[in-house]
Parts: sequence; structure tokens; C-alpha cells
Amino acid sequence: MDENFEPKIAAFVCTWCTYTGADLAGTSRLKYEPNVRVLRLPCTGRIDFSLVIKAFENGADGVLISGCHPNDCHYNAGNFHARRRFAVFRKLLEFTGIDPNRVQFSWVSAAEGAKWRDVVNAVTDEIRKLGPFTEYQKLIGDSFPFQHEASETEQNSEKEQVENVK
Amino acid sequence: MSNDKISAEVKKLAGELLESGKVSAVVGYAEGTLKGRVQTFIARKASETEKFIFNQNCANNLAVYLTKSYNIISAGKPVAVFLKPCDIKSVTALIQEHQLKREDIFIIGLSCQGVLNDSGPAGKCRACSMHNPQYYDALIGGVVEEKEPEVTDPFARVKEIESMTTSECWEFWMKEFDKCVRCYACRQACPLCYCEQCIVDKTRPRWIESSAHPIGNLGWHLIRAFHLAGRCIGCGECERVCHQNIPLSLLNMKMSKEIFDLYGYTAGMDEGAKPPLTEFKMEDNEEFIR
Repeated sequence: MDENFEPKIAAFVCTWCTYTGADLAGTSRLKYEPNVRVLRLPCTGRIDFSLVIKAFENGADGVLISGCHPNDCHYNAGNFHARRRFAVFRKLLEFTGIDPNRVQFSWVSAAEGAKWRDVVNAVTDEIRKLGPFTEYQKLIGDSFPFQHEASETEQNSEKEQVENVK
Repeated sequence: MSNDKISAEVKKLAGELLESGKVSAVVGYAEGTLKGRVQTFIARKASETEKFIFNQNCANNLAVYLTKSYNIISAGKPVAVFLKPCDIKSVTALIQEHQLKREDIFIIGLSCQGVLNDSGPAGKCRACSMHNPQYYDALIGGVVEEKEPEVTDPFARVKEIESMTTSECWEFWMKEFDKCVRCYACRQACPLCYCEQCIVDKTRPRWIESSAHPIGNLGWHLIRAFHLAGRCIGCGECERVCHQNIPLSLLNMKMSKEIFDLYGYTAGMDEGAKPPLTEFKMEDNEEFIR
């Protein structure tokens, strides 16, 4: 493995807690590993696992998902629902041969700038140890992502389908 | 009871139901074009019911025809449908998810001794402990004796894969997924894959690559398995219809196993129950969360 390997980590965070917490880390001038790319979403309950798969497809070596502590959700129950989905999804990843440690979860509140720093440092360390996600990147090869625009017929058929549903 | 006798009973009952005007259509099995194969047949007139049969080749889960896209159920009159005990679980799940109303269907329950696939008894049947329908409006074949399943642990194969290392798992699945040609037969045959627009068909944005590229195959099979987590009742249709013989049931079984271990829930048993991924408990496990 390359000694100087630096992982790319996609961090899907909820806007109410972790994003604000990360912001606090910034305004408090806390230094942490620059490996995370923070992606803001309304709630952890919004995190569809297609996003995680897309992150890997686009070359991420790890994913961090973070949101409000239980009972702190802005939408009351989003993080509770998410928690169940995470628990099951991890098992699916493990089963298909993706190290579940590549997808990490945390609760970071708006007041926990320091916890965000610690979480990012710990996650980056762990994924650095796991090394680049070469299995997935081999799968991607040179041909992906295909740069195809939806053709006109495809666009029309999608419009039709949407109309039909209505 | 012999196959001929059961087939005669099936024809008679279907004829009576249509004759009396109790139902608008009967969904059942008919002889296929190849020997030993069956096909779905929908009769709308009593004169057509001669075609119906039932034997050990009738593996198809007919519950899939009750979903909205098939448009067989119209307001007013119920539709009669032949269902084996495991197929009835799909109906339970459809009712649970508000895709179907109990009063819209007339269930002709078939007691079942297991069905065959190309190489003998189907895998699911060897581990089956439910040979009589849970509920029905009419029963064919009488009540059969429940016997101990031949395979006591339905999750044996899942556990085998769990015991492999991460890279072995990856290799195993990549080899399997590589065969996939993305015909979506698994989706079409599944009674619970009823979304009017599947995520894989969306092009703006294209969530999952739709060509049979390894990256899209992995994405598709992960998403398919996850969308069925806590919902799949294990009829095994996805695997049966897969002409590339990808062991899709394994993924579904793994999800069922985890859902049971985590939330103590088995799909398709109670139409009043809430599917586990639509609810939560305060004390749910969160050991893996930092």
C-alpha cells in the first residue's frame, strides 16, 4: 500500500446538528483531518443508501454518516428511523464483502465541535488503515461513470411515466 | 390426493365461482408450452376454466398479479386467486402495505406438499413448515399433515457465507453479480416490488447504472435486497426466475435473518403488524454508532 495514502471520505451530515457542529469546529478553529467532504442533508432520515453507493462509485474510500443524538431530531423521529436502517444496511454490506468499517456512523450535536473533530480524526485513521477501496475502484474501471445524457426518448418516456402515475 | 383429482377440483371450483358471478376473474395455473412447465392463466368466463391445473410444478407465486400494475382487480367484484401457503404470506404483506384489500380477493387456498424446480424439490420447500394456508375463502386439497422440515436450519447457507472472510464474500458475490444481465425478472416476479417507478429506471439522476456493468449490477442487487429488507416473505420467486442462477434468495434470507435478530420480526405473518423499518423503539441497538 502507498505510504502516503490519504483516504477520500464522503460525510453525509444532517443540517441541524452535525453540520452546525462541524461549523462550530471551524469557528472554534479546531484543526482536523482534511479528508472529509461534508455533504449537507436535511436529516439522517433522508439518507438513502443509494447515496452511499454513489459515493463509492465516485471514488470514495469511506463514508461517514452523522446526525442528531436520539431525542434531538429536528423532525422528532428521523434519526430513530435512520438508526434501524443503518443497522440493517451494515449487515448487508458485510455480507456482500464490503468492510462495514468503511461506512461509519456517529451522533454529533450542534454543540459538539470537539466531538466532530475527534470523530473525523478517528474515522480517517481507521479508513487510512483499511487502505484505498481498490476492489470497488477496480470494478469501476476506466469506463465509469459513463457520461451519458438522458436521450430525448428517455426523457419523454420518463415524463410519460410521471404523467401516468399522476 | 392425486394431481388429477386436485386439478379436477380446481376446475370445478373455478367454474362455479365464475358461473355464479361471485368473482370477476380467476387467476390460476395452466399447462405450459413445455412439458413439466406451467403458466399463469386468467379465466374470465366459466367456459375457460377447463384449462386450470394444479400439480407440483406450480411454483409461480400468483400474488404478483394482484398488484396494481396488473389491473386485474376492478371495483365491485372480487378476483379469485389460487395461492399456496407461502404465496398467502405475500398477500398478507400486500394488505399490510395497503396495496390490496382483503375484500377484493377471493383466496382459493391450496394445501401444498412442496413444489419442484429443475433439480428436484425447491430449496424453500425443503425448509418449509407451513403446508396449510394460514387463511382462505375456499380450500383445495384438504388439510394436510404438517411434517418436520427436511432442512431444519433455513439459514444454513447464509451462515456459511457469513463465516467467509470479507474478501472471500466479495469474490463470491462479484462472481455471481457478474452473470447478471439486468433483465429485471427478479423485480417483475416479486409481489412486493410494486413501485410504479423503480429507482433503477430513473434517469434524472441515474441512481444505478442501468447497463450490465459490474458497478451497476452491484448497485442494483444491494438496493434490491435492501428495499425488500423486513418485507420479503421468502417465496423465492426472484431466484427461481433468474435465468443466470444468481442466488438472490441468499441476500433476502440474510436480510430476514438480521431483521429477526435485531427486531424479532418475521414478514408476512400478521397483516396488522408494522414492518420493522417503518417504526422504531427508543432502545434500539446503536452500539455501532460513535
